[in-house]
Amino acid sequence: MITPVIMGLQSHLYVFLPLRQELLKWNGWGYNDSKFIFNKKGQAEFTGKRYRLGGMVLPTFKEWMEKTFGASLDHKTTSRATLNVNDVPPSIVKEEFLQDLRAAKISYSQDAEDRVFRAHGHCLHEIFILREGMFKRVPDIVVWPVCHEDVVKIVELACKHNLCIIPFGGGTSVSSALECPEEEKRTIVSLDTSQMNRILWIDEKNLTACVEAGIVGQDLENQLAESGFCTGHEPDSMEFSSLGGWVATRASGMKKTIYGNIEDMVIHIKMVTPRGIVEKNCQVPRMSTGPDIHHFIMGSEGTLGVVTEVTIKIRPVPEYQKYGSVVFPNFERGVACLREVAKQRCAPASIRLVDNAQFQFGKYVDLLRQISLSKGFNLLLFKGFDPNILCVATLLFEGDREKVLQHEKQVYDIATKFGGLAAGEDNGQRGYMLTFVIAYLRDLGLDYYVIGESFETSVPWDRVLDLCRNVKERIVRECKEKGVQFAPLSTCRVTQTYDAGACVYFYFAFNYRGISDPIHVYEQIERAAREEILANGGSLSHHHGVGKLRKRWMKESISDVGLGMLRSVKEYVDPNNIFGNKNLL
Amino acid sequence: MAPPIARRSRPPPSLPQRARQPSRGGAGRWVPREVAAAGRPLRRGRAAERGAGRRGGARNTMAAATAAAAPGRGRRGAPMYSQKELTSKKRDEFEDILEERRLSSDLRYAMKCYTPVIYKGLSPCKPNAIKSAVLQSEQVQYVIKQLAKEMGESPDIIQEEAMEILDEMGHNMQLGAVRFFAFTLSKIFKQLFQRVCVNEEGMQRLQHAIQEHPVVLLPSHRSYIDFLMLSYLLYTYDLALPVIAAGIDFLGMKIVGELLRRAGAFFMRRSFGGNRLYWAVFAEYVKTMLRNGYAPVEFFLEGTRSRTAKTLTPKFGLLSIVMEPFFKREVFDTYLVPISISYERILEESLYAYELLGVPKPKESTSGLLKARRILSDNFGTIHIYIGQPVSLRTLASGRINRCPYNLVPRHLPQKPSEDIQEFVSDVAYKMELLQIENMVLSPWVLVAAVLLQNLPAMDFELLIEKTLWLKGLTQTFGGFIEWPDNLCAKKAIMSGLTLHSNIARLVDGHVVLNDKGVEDGGVGEVVFKHALAILTCATYRNQLLNVFVRPSLVAIALQMTRSFRKEEVYNYFSFLRDVFSDEFIFFPGISLKDFEEGCFLLTKCDAIQTNQQEIYPTNKGGVIVSFLSAMFTPFVEGYQLIFRYLSKEAKEAFTEKQFIPGVRNFVFQLLEKGNTQCYEALSSDMQKNALAALVLLGAVKKEKMSNGFTYNVNQEAVNKILDMFDARIPVQKPVAARL
Repeated sequence: MITPVIMGLQSHLYVFLPLRQELLKWNGWGYNDSKFIFNKKGQAEFTGKRYRLGGMVLPTFKEWMEKTFGASLDHKTTSRATLNVNDVPPSIVKEEFLQDLRAAKISYSQDAEDRVFRAHGHCLHEIFILREGMFKRVPDIVVWPVCHEDVVKIVELACKHNLCIIPFGGGTSVSSALECPEEEKRTIVSLDTSQMNRILWIDEKNLTACVEAGIVGQDLENQLAESGFCTGHEPDSMEFSSLGGWVATRASGMKKTIYGNIEDMVIHIKMVTPRGIVEKNCQVPRMSTGPDIHHFIMGSEGTLGVVTEVTIKIRPVPEYQKYGSVVFPNFERGVACLREVAKQRCAPASIRLVDNAQFQFGKYVDLLRQISLSKGFNLLLFKGFDPNILCVATLLFEGDREKVLQHEKQVYDIATKFGGLAAGEDNGQRGYMLTFVIAYLRDLGLDYYVIGESFETSVPWDRVLDLCRNVKERIVRECKEKGVQFAPLSTCRVTQTYDAGACVYFYFAFNYRGISDPIHVYEQIERAAREEILANGGSLSHHHGVGKLRKRWMKESISDVGLGMLRSVKEYVDPNNIFGNKNLL
Repeated sequence: MAPPIARRSRPPPSLPQRARQPSRGGAGRWVPREVAAAGRPLRRGRAAERGAGRRGGARNTMAAATAAAAPGRGRRGAPMYSQKELTSKKRDEFEDILEERRLSSDLRYAMKCYTPVIYKGLSPCKPNAIKSAVLQSEQVQYVIKQLAKEMGESPDIIQEEAMEILDEMGHNMQLGAVRFFAFTLSKIFKQLFQRVCVNEEGMQRLQHAIQEHPVVLLPSHRSYIDFLMLSYLLYTYDLALPVIAAGIDFLGMKIVGELLRRAGAFFMRRSFGGNRLYWAVFAEYVKTMLRNGYAPVEFFLEGTRSRTAKTLTPKFGLLSIVMEPFFKREVFDTYLVPISISYERILEESLYAYELLGVPKPKESTSGLLKARRILSDNFGTIHIYIGQPVSLRTLASGRINRCPYNLVPRHLPQKPSEDIQEFVSDVAYKMELLQIENMVLSPWVLVAAVLLQNLPAMDFELLIEKTLWLKGLTQTFGGFIEWPDNLCAKKAIMSGLTLHSNIARLVDGHVVLNDKGVEDGGVGEVVFKHALAILTCATYRNQLLNVFVRPSLVAIALQMTRSFRKEEVYNYFSFLRDVFSDEFIFFPGISLKDFEEGCFLLTKCDAIQTNQQEIYPTNKGGVIVSFLSAMFTPFVEGYQLIFRYLSKEAKEAFTEKQFIPGVRNFVFQLLEKGNTQCYEALSSDMQKNALAALVLLGAVKKEKMSNGFTYNVNQEAVNKILDMFDARIPVQKPVAARL
């Protein structure tokens, strides 16, 4: 692993870049010290102290793996331990550009590990390649601007030398957005925004803050908290993803009911494009000046320029938080309850409904322990709940203590009408904790021939049930047709409620033993699942974005003319395709 | 009544008996789950068990219940209709289900423990619960509100109307009635039929399909027996009984109508295009039953019993209703199951002939049914029921349906299907009918009838045997599904056919003649009528061959008529004929060239023609085949010419169908009386209607909807032109497909 980069000798700058990649896995999700392992007794354990689950032993987890996937601890695959630097495509950069960079005092690196680290997001195939192969194309050089002006200089240089820039924030993309186009002949510059991570100012009167776009979610919240504020934007990736990334992908946070999605939170955006800087003249809550230019930027996925500074709404840190959970006799009743909650517009900060398969999983990783072990379980039996059908909603309330309690009662009252049974605060909290930990699970699966992925969509209320059922069924059938030997895990949860519909998240994983090209099979199944979503009236994406993974459906999604509108913007803003990551269009 | 045919004794059963395990939720290895779904053995009393071991290896078709059609994109037709593997097609074997009935108690059979597996292990829903679900559905409520607003009525009144419609329509399936039918039908069927043969593997595939997705049963329709028999069959095999779309006319039969209702029939009015409330209630009723998978839905694509035993062109209304839940993704998939039911002798054969000649069909009435009792003393031979491979609608639709229209409108709003969808529904309908035809069993008598009709008035018996055997070979080459009874020698088989059909033909001094009794006495008119009756009845059997023969035969006719060997010209004439006969025979829409190629391929296969890039010519020995094939269709060619001639010369400017049929009948009748034509089949009202429809399609007749039904206007010039083309006086002009 490379040490903090010490810049070239000619440079009088000695910048120690606090590289996150020091802390993070090079071939998997999250922190180096946090992962699932099987200990000597064959029991699963989560290492590290970063999470509440850390150090905990999960005695029944192995059983779940075996039962769900037919996986066995005897059949293990291992990732290569370190990156083989010789496999990495060479860095091809013209010396003139390097000179210009140095003149501009911008840190850069041509190191292979640095470049590979920024050549991918966290799609399954990308992680698989890291473990077992090598990307055909990776960035030739990584640059670290530290402020808006640096970005302006870099973009100017890129135009001057005709280079390709791919902006890089937290690297948590799951849409192949960070993959370098194989056929790109120009030098690819990975523009890492991680050094632009300051809060520039906080305006308490208007409750806004101007922040550099490279800041990572948890740093933003922590730093704001020092002043008693928060943004409330909490995507599942908030430990690693960046503000600029959120803007570029139209991100959504778990507590959007209170704080809104990124498009509701943003007051002002500054973006550097090959044409120049785009921004508004004021920081107002709303304006009627033609189509909102922010909406060209949000979701542009790095195809137009680099977001450098964002003014974002902030809120006082809530006085009180309370978790909760409700058990429903079946998924249908659960969805009906969520629909009613949305109708009455009383959704808590977060409300999620997991299906039975995820409930089962939760049991095995010790979530919902109380339901399964204490007298609560007997109560369920008494009430006629079938543990193989029931499903669980987890809740998070936020605000004034009094209002929270009032709100809580309202929601539980509705739940009761749909046959729901309160299942305790602790279970709710564990449910949310699991969200952060679940991403680590895939790496464990990969060690035992299990590959998996999540994907999401948004769908009108009346189609939620049909969509969930059909997509899960489609996955099962496709697996069978493609020769997958064991029935896959195919499960979903409703994660967001809106007035007119919901956001649904699918998890899907299977044991690939006996399949020669698992990634290809996996991709075919994922594509089929997306086709199924679209046929069921779901969207191409609710918040993951399109990237290169879902481009094929863009025309169908937004019509020919719609696509043309986006193309013409791209053509004007970036006629030479400097931002050539080939996402979206 | 002939005694049941003795059969070999059979070895003991070898089917593994496994209990059905409910599998729900949690994932697991594929294998056990599949066993759980399909592992329940088919039950059919002792004989079935005895029969089970007999064929050993042929039993593992259970898992293969998935789609028959290959998915694909691109041009219409291409994905759905592929040239059949004509003779190599492997078909299942048959079992006689009456054999068991003749051996054991009907009463015990009727009272047996009946616990069918159903879709996703649902518990059955009471008929009334279905009705109220329909009434309360968003779909129906929406239409009620709309109508209330438009008519200024209170929604309650319209809701009541909807309830009345539901009461008139709804089935009321009750086990008691089912058992009653099981008992009486056993008695009746044993009286009427020698054997009722079914492919058990088909039943097994069906059993599997029912558990997987909602199922739509699509039987052919030749007789009232069809739906009784099918329900009887499913009861026998312990499968879920279907709900059956029946014509409202049945309700005219007092007790019988109610009985049928209790056995699962639901009743639809013959036409309700204009009545929005009726349409909404009916569509929702069918969809509710299908969506929830309470029971398989059964209806007849042909819409009515085919009086000619020739498959009728499909009706699309009900089919598009049952497809909608899939289009809207309310269900994951829907299985369409083509079922071919063929009768060695059709119960209604003489009724049909009278009807075709314009003697009206007696109204359905209970007393009429009782009068029909005397047929019980008659013998109607064997029935063959072939349950086709369930076809997955999802597979058929893959890549064909633009999902947008369904995504942009709330699903409960009534929505006119897009052109895309209409075209797809039509394609599916034709595909299913072609599958029915493909699996339709042909008896030796069908071959005899075809030969005999070309050799009237009398034919030497030995020659008849010889020609029949020759035709048997040809039919098999063309993919026809012949069941030769118990490997009888040709003579015996044909004799037994003659015995069974003694009302049609008989053996006189070593010659076979049509049995047109009473022709000798009576006036000319009566002679023509009697003769026509005999010919139409006989034609009913020959007709069963036509859809198997139509493609090569039209090529043969085109070859003869054009007197040209140029492929292009032959194809043009073929294509013209195909258009003219598009309502007479079943052609998959829009693939004229493919049909032509198939016809040529089959003719080449039996050495009747040779082809190269540009030319087609008959071989030396091919003349016999070519002329036989064209003679087989001569009644249609000549009949259409007569009808067209009537329209070009005699018909009034504008007329209704009610005026047209008697008009053309008289016209043909007079020609027959004068001996100016021998084409008795032109008297068939079925052919007359089809010919008129063809002219409408070709644009030579204009069809307009008036308050009192349809009115037709003839463009005489256009009809004359078509007649000229028909007679090959002027060449058929049509753009030739690029890659001929």
